[in-house]
Formats: sequence, structure tokens, C-alpha cells
Amino acid sequence: MIRSDFLRIDPKRRANLDHKKKQFAAPTFKQQDYPHRLNFYDVPPTEEITLEQFEQWAIDRLRVLAEIEACSYRNKSAAETETHLTPLLQKYLPLSSNTSSSNGAADQRLKNERQKDHYSHFILRLAFSATEDLRRRFVRAETMLFRFRFQRDDTREKRAFIESLNLDWEPVEDDERQRLAEHLIGATPGLRRVDEEAWYKVDWERVPELVERRSVFLYKGKAYVPGREQLSMIIAEFTARLERALELTSRALPRLDEDDRLTPILNHLSKNFGSAESVYSEGEGFVDGAAITANNIDQLSQHFPLCMRSLHMNLRKNNHLKHYGRLQYTLFLKGIGLSLEECIIFWRQSFKGFTDDEFNSRYKYNIRHAYGDVGGDVNRRGRGYPPYSCQKILGDSNPGVGQTHGCPYRHYSVDNLIGLLQTTGVNDKEVLRGVREDVEKMRYHIACNRVFESTHKTEIKRVKEDGSWNQVDLDTIVHPNTYFKRSFLLKQTARASKSS
Amino acid sequence: MDAVNNKTIHNITPMMPHSVSSQGSSADRKDEEVLPDAPPAESTSEHKTDAPDNAAAGVKLEDLFNDDGDDEEYPASSAPAAQNQDTMQTDAVRAPGPEVDTDTMLAFYQRLFPFRYLFQWLNHGIVPSPDFGNREFALTLQNDAYLRYQSYATADLFRKDIIRMNPSRFEIGPVYNTNPRDRKTLRGGQLKPISKELVFDIDLTDYDDIRSCCTKANICGKCWAFVTMAIKVVDTALRDDFGFEHILWVYSGRRGAHAWVCDPRARSLPDDRRRAIAGYLDVVRGGNSSGKRVNLKRPLHPHMARSLDILKSHFAQTTLVDQDTFLGPEQAQRLLALLPDKGLNESLRKKWESSPDRTSAKKWADIDALAKTGKSSTLNPTTLRDAKQDIVLEYTYPRLDSEVSKKMIHLLKSPFVIHPGTGRVCVPIDARKAEQFDPLSVPTVTQLLAEIDAWDAEHPSTNAGLEAAEGEGSVADSDARGSRRVQDYEKTSLKPYIDYFRSFIAGLLKEERGGKRERNEDVEETKPESMEF
Repeated sequence: MIRSDFLRIDPKRRANLDHKKKQFAAPTFKQQDYPHRLNFYDVPPTEEITLEQFEQWAIDRLRVLAEIEACSYRNKSAAETETHLTPLLQKYLPLSSNTSSSNGAADQRLKNERQKDHYSHFILRLAFSATEDLRRRFVRAETMLFRFRFQRDDTREKRAFIESLNLDWEPVEDDERQRLAEHLIGATPGLRRVDEEAWYKVDWERVPELVERRSVFLYKGKAYVPGREQLSMIIAEFTARLERALELTSRALPRLDEDDRLTPILNHLSKNFGSAESVYSEGEGFVDGAAITANNIDQLSQHFPLCMRSLHMNLRKNNHLKHYGRLQYTLFLKGIGLSLEECIIFWRQSFKGFTDDEFNSRYKYNIRHAYGDVGGDVNRRGRGYPPYSCQKILGDSNPGVGQTHGCPYRHYSVDNLIGLLQTTGVNDKEVLRGVREDVEKMRYHIACNRVFESTHKTEIKRVKEDGSWNQVDLDTIVHPNTYFKRSFLLKQTARASKSS
Repeated sequence: MDAVNNKTIHNITPMMPHSVSSQGSSADRKDEEVLPDAPPAESTSEHKTDAPDNAAAGVKLEDLFNDDGDDEEYPASSAPAAQNQDTMQTDAVRAPGPEVDTDTMLAFYQRLFPFRYLFQWLNHGIVPSPDFGNREFALTLQNDAYLRYQSYATADLFRKDIIRMNPSRFEIGPVYNTNPRDRKTLRGGQLKPISKELVFDIDLTDYDDIRSCCTKANICGKCWAFVTMAIKVVDTALRDDFGFEHILWVYSGRRGAHAWVCDPRARSLPDDRRRAIAGYLDVVRGGNSSGKRVNLKRPLHPHMARSLDILKSHFAQTTLVDQDTFLGPEQAQRLLALLPDKGLNESLRKKWESSPDRTSAKKWADIDALAKTGKSSTLNPTTLRDAKQDIVLEYTYPRLDSEVSKKMIHLLKSPFVIHPGTGRVCVPIDARKAEQFDPLSVPTVTQLLAEIDAWDAEHPSTNAGLEAAEGEGSVADSDARGSRRVQDYEKTSLKPYIDYFRSFIAGLLKEERGGKRERNEDVEETKPESMEF
């Protein structure tokens, strides 16, 4: 009883608003004057804008976000992304710094830019809060946009912006810093002297990125973060707040009580955020006329991309694959049109040294799950997971000890990769040198496509010459199933033309 | 029959939504004053005191719950048969590769499994709370069926259901925002995990490429050393770096160990923070084809420097002597591939080829010896030192199954269940004395049951009238009844493990008590109403 008094607000401090009238009171919103270029989007917009503006601004921002997503899917480096994005941002979503105008933040042009940025963000929030998947992608893209802009902000404005956020960072005192000097240097890459930096103590949960990369000193749950790692903390904070806000938006959405003006626009917007990830549509990898059965896989495996080929070779060598390898390979096989029954036969025959019971209890369920034969309603309706794209395979966690999944170009050491390529019959010195270079520059797609082009040289030349394949058919491969299909068809046409 | 039904109803009601805490507390409270099951138990024991061994006690327990034989699974008439099987089982203990049969398993759950402590551990208090009530359990039944989303309001219901189902093992999942049994009544995606211990899994199969003594499921004292060092490194990092204090290490029953980090802060970590910790601790990366698997930047991160300090002596003992890892030409070749200098490698290769039986310790010493002779002009001592450090880590640093740690919803086998393959109990390991832990001396279930028999034979008078009260259920109040009844587990070699578990829980509860007091008082206020049941 007594304890609950703590929660009670001192009567003198209570807001002088009758709770019965509260819902009718005119909202006194905080007007935004945008003192900084960057925005944490904490306060929603309140001014009126026209419907055209509403739609146009949203579309402009969407364009930028879609490009950002596409860049990340293509695995572009930071520098490439920057050259790609800068003109787009300038065109669709310019956001100038205070120093770009003689009036500073008071300039009307800056205000308009910032208002557009602010409003378009909130419009897209409405459009993308509906499903978990959309929310996740929106947060990702927005975070990348924020990071991109933050890195390009000038130092003074950055500092002013950070100060305006009121993040509670506890500074590390001098004597503590001296005491921990050795650890701080060890933990922070590229640092020579501890006095170069201002250090802050924060709960480690706030800098997960740094913790995961092991580039921050931890002691008893506190992370000792150097001033220049602010980015990581601010990004984490931005993401966390946006996630929370989207969650709230999604709950508020059904109560929006909207007429038919905004909802169609919003629906339209969310549909247009076309998923670049799902470059693979169901049945796309199927090849007509190819008899795809469990017994053919050995023979077909010559058309497989290196990732699947190495899985196949490992499977034949060890008569076993670990979970993620099985999953990656099963989905690929599903993608080339191997039926569930045949797939089960394939794995059954491949896993020598297991009894039927062991096989059925340990592995069969997973295969059926991948095909959508079992599992929750969602899984069944979606016919299981789609076959993994290169993006997915590249982005997944590194294979651990004894695991064989992943992309050989990315996850193998260069020497092992070259060795593997040679065992699959790629011996051309020029190609291998090219692969080495590509891998060094982390252009794994290019390396894979290079190998494809080299192994299908003659066929590609022919179809190009007789014009039966156009440029789109020979676009960069970004999906293992595309690799297979194209390889198979090319050999097929070659054989057909030879026999005719 | 009526008695049974009443009891059943009484115990099921607490599981209704909205009344979990208050109802649960009444059941629990009652239990502390007078055991709900005690009277019939004592009456049964009157005419059965002459029954000499534990098998009879097991049967009495069955009578307790199914005294009319209405439950087909455990008909009361099976008493003599059960007894026979039990003795037969005792003989079979010494046979290698024991497969635990259903009756042994049942007797273990009835007499030895510490349900109450497990409850207290997961409940973070004495009074049943959603921390326990909304916790998912997944049972693997004897026919290998897998039952997910089981949950129990109180320790007694938990115990009762486990005994009824007699699972070969069960796993513990997260606490959900609502009772996981109600998941089908919710709209899709409404059932969300809200907390679970941060867990780690070490399995010796991940060490197969560097342990020479055993492979696959087999272990010996030599390769267990890998787990010991893993425990030390991970435990130190979790305590010193992340500030966690309540870390329970558990033997997984065969060839590995699990860690349960139970601090409130650890339990509520979202998945991305879990991933961060897993990434922080994950050093040996890449599969068999990734070449050098440890590539650390210099200067070493404090965590790595400290781990290296811990592991150095283990490397000298385990890798170089016990395992003698680099003895064979293949492994020696692998060692060479990890060294940076070509010239040095060449001279090492020559030396080793000339004496094929050279031990690992000598080979390791050769590296420095040959480097000092200055034969290789290109050799950089710093690079060599760094490479040697990386090698030490590659061969000793913990190899965690990090997928287990990354997801809150991941299920992990409960402590104290029996590993069906080995029959060993998944006992806690005291990380402070990790070296003293010997997985091969962990008691098996049959051994434990035999120990009870042996104890009972030695102390016939003390347990005559008391034996009937069921195994573990009455620990909390046994003191109150005058002369303290000896628990079944206290008669066995399981005692030190359970005692350790209790002290662990006590530490955890002490920390929890501050934050929870308010909730407990609320429960007390509702007590009068709940007593109506």
C-alpha cells in the first residue's frame, strides 16, 4: 500500500488537464524547425501537405530505398554503393548540410529538403509497417540510408546532432583510462595511444556490432567505446528506435480509420517495394524435357554451380552432409525440378550406413519440410522455402567445422578454391588468375560467372552468333538454379545443333 | 476413483488462463503445509512396509497416481512384473552401451529427478509465476514422438505429467508471452518468446579433426580435456567481459557440455545481442576447406590474450602430449601449412621426413630451434610468433555450436535428464572445479537405483515408515516433520550434483528476490480467494 505511493505523481505536478476533456483538447504538437540535417524521426509530422506531395515524396524515397537494397543484394562494396547512390540521392532526396547555405539552418531550401525527408519517411512507415517482412526490410534500408548520410556529414554538424540526441554515455575518467590502457589498445584496431580518443562506457548491449567483431574492450558488462565508434552506437540506437516505432505503427494501422484517399496509395507503395531478393519465382529453374530423377543427379551435377557441385562431391565422399549443407542442396534440387519422392530416394541412397529407421527419424522430416510437405500452414502453403539465391548463400553465416554449405568462392581459402576448380576441370590459367583477383576484391558473383563463361565458351559464342539467345538470356547469374538451367540448356542446344 | 478425479481437477484448474499465478500459489502453498499426496501414500505404505526394495516403492508411487488402475499405461497389476524387470536391469548395468528401458526411466523420474529444484530454477522463486508457467518444454517420448509446446503451472503438475508421459528426455525452450499450450487459440504470430537463458553448446564431434584418441560419439579422459578448457575460456569471458554471474554448466550426457547463463539480463537478450555474443566468442571459423581457420589481428584483443594465457598450458599438455596431434604425416603437413615462412617449412619438412616417429612436442620445439639457426633469410620472428599463437588457438580454442546460442527459441536438453544412449545423468559441472570433472564417472541411472537399494538395505529401520512419501516432491517440508526423512537422491552419488544445483539456485534466487518482491506480495493478497478450490 505504502509502496504504491511512489508511483503517484505529486498532485502539484500533475498536468492541469481534466482527463474527461483530454481527448477533445487541441493537440499542441511540437513544430519542427529541423536544426540538423540528420533526423532520428522521433516526432511525427503535423503540417498539412497535398495528396500529390504525399504520393510523390513517398515514391521518391522509395526509389532510393529500393536502390540501396539492390546494392546490398548485389554485394556491392561501400565505394561502389556510394558512387551509385550519390546521384540518385541528389536527384530524389537531396539533403544539404547547414554549411551549404549562408543562412545556415534557417534557409528555406534546406527546410524544404528536410521536410520532404521527414514526411516521406513517415509516409513509408505507414506503408511498410503491415507485415513483419516489410518492417524488417524497411528498417534495413532506412538504417543503411541513415548510415550513408551520417558518414558524409561534416564533423561539426555530426557532433551537434549527436549532442541533440541526449544519449546517456558515461565518460571514462582519466585514471581509469590509464589503468586500462593496455586493454583498450588491444581491443581497438588501428589505435596507438589511448589519449587520442575520448572514451565512453556503455552497456555492451548497445554496441552489438562492435562486440560481434570483437573490436571493443568489455569489462563486467560495460563496453569501453572510443569516440570514433559513435557511428556503431548511433546506428544501433536508430535501428532500435525505428523497430519499436514500426511495431507501434503496425498496431495503430487498423485504427487509422482511413477513408479511401490514403489506403490505396499506401498499398500501392508497399507492393512496389518489389523484393529484389526473390529473383527466383517458383518453377523458374525447371528445365523442360530433362528427366530429373534421383539416379540422374550424378550425371547432371556437371551442370551445377561450384557451391552445389562441392556439396555433391562431399556427399559422395562422406556419404553424409551436415544440416545446412543438406538444406542448401535439397532446396537447389527442388529448384531444378526434382520431385519430393525422388528427392527422398536421392538422400536415402546417398546416406549410406544409416538404417531406414535412422534415416526416417533424422532426415526425412527436414526434406519434407523443405518441400512444404509438412510444417506449419504458412510453410505448406508456400511449398516450403524457395531455393537459396547467391545473395542468401553469400550472406549466411560462415560454415563451421565439418560443415560444407556456403559459397566456395567466398568461404574457401583461395588455394583450396583453385584446387576445387581444377578438380572440376577448370584449368585455364587465365581464368584461374581472374578468379583469384575477383575473390580478393570480394566479387564472388563475377568469379562464378567467369568460370561459367569459360566452361561454356563455345556454346555461348554459338547462340550469340545465331541470335537464338539475346543479351537478357545471358545476364549475370545471381542464382544457383539459373546457373544450372542455363548450363543445361546451352549444352542441350549444342548437342541438338551437332546432331542436326 | 473419486479421490483421483478430485485431485486431477484440482490440479488442472490452475492451468486455466488468467488464474495461473493465484491458483498455482494455492496448490503450492497447500503443498508446503501438508503434502496433497501424502495421506493416501502413507495409508498405502502401511500394508506394504514389508516390501524390501525400491521396485516396490516405485509401484506404490504408481498406485498413488493410478490407484484404480484406470490409466492403462501403468496398470497396478503389473507390480510383480515391474519388480522383476527392475532387478534384471540392475544386472544389465555393467554391460556396455546401456539402453535405458522405460521402467528404469520411470523409476528415475519418480524417485530421483529433482523436479522441485528444476522448477525453482526456471521459476526464479518459490511461488509459481509466468516464468515457469509460460515456459515451453518439449518431450521426446519413448516411441520417439516429439511433443512441443508443453507447459506446466506448478512443479507438481510438471512432475505428474513427466511421470505420466515418461519421456526418454525433454528439452527446455523459452518463456512465451502467453501460455504456449494456448498457441492455437491465438492469431498467427501472436505467440512470442520473451526470455530464455543464454545457452552455449560444446560438442566433441566438432573436435574430430584434432582429436586422435576417439571419434564420433566416443570419449575418453584425454579428449574431455578439450571440453574442460572450453568451459574455462567461455566461463571466464562470460563473467569478466559480459559481467554474467549465474552460469550453470551441465554435462550433456555423452560427449559435450551445455552452459545456461541465467542472469536476468542474459535471459531477456534479443536475438541480435545473442548473435553478438556468439560472434565474440567464435574464433575458429570456416570448414575443412577454409585453410587457416584462426586469423587474428594484432595486437590481440584482451579476450584473446587472456584465452591464450589459459590455453597455452593445455596446448602443451593435451595437444602435444596426450593427443600427440602432429605425429602423423598428414597432421604434420597441416601444421606446416599454417606456418608462414617457406624456407623454414622446407627445412622442417626435411627434418621430419627423416624421422617419421618424431613426437608432437619435439616437432613443436623444432619450429623455434630451426628458426633460431637463421637458415631462412626471409623469416620474420613476429610473424612466426603470431602464427604460433594462431595455431595454439586453432587447436585448443572452444568450438561452439553457435547456432544454439543465437536464437532465443532454441530448445536445449534439460539438466538432470538421462542421456538415452549412455544412461548417464546430465549433471551440473562446477566450472570452478572443471578439471576435476570426469564424464566417465558420472552416475548412470541404473547405478543410482542400485545405490538406493544398497542404502535401504543398510538402513532398514529409518526408512520403513517414511519411504512411501514420494521421492523428490517433499523436500521443502521434510524438516518440518520432526525427524528428517532421507531423500532418495541423498542415498546416491547424485547428491553432490543436486547439492551444487541447489546452491546455484540459491544464488540466483537471492539476486531475483529484490526485483520480484512486489509480485509475490500481490499473489499473497489473492490467497484467500484461491483457497476455495
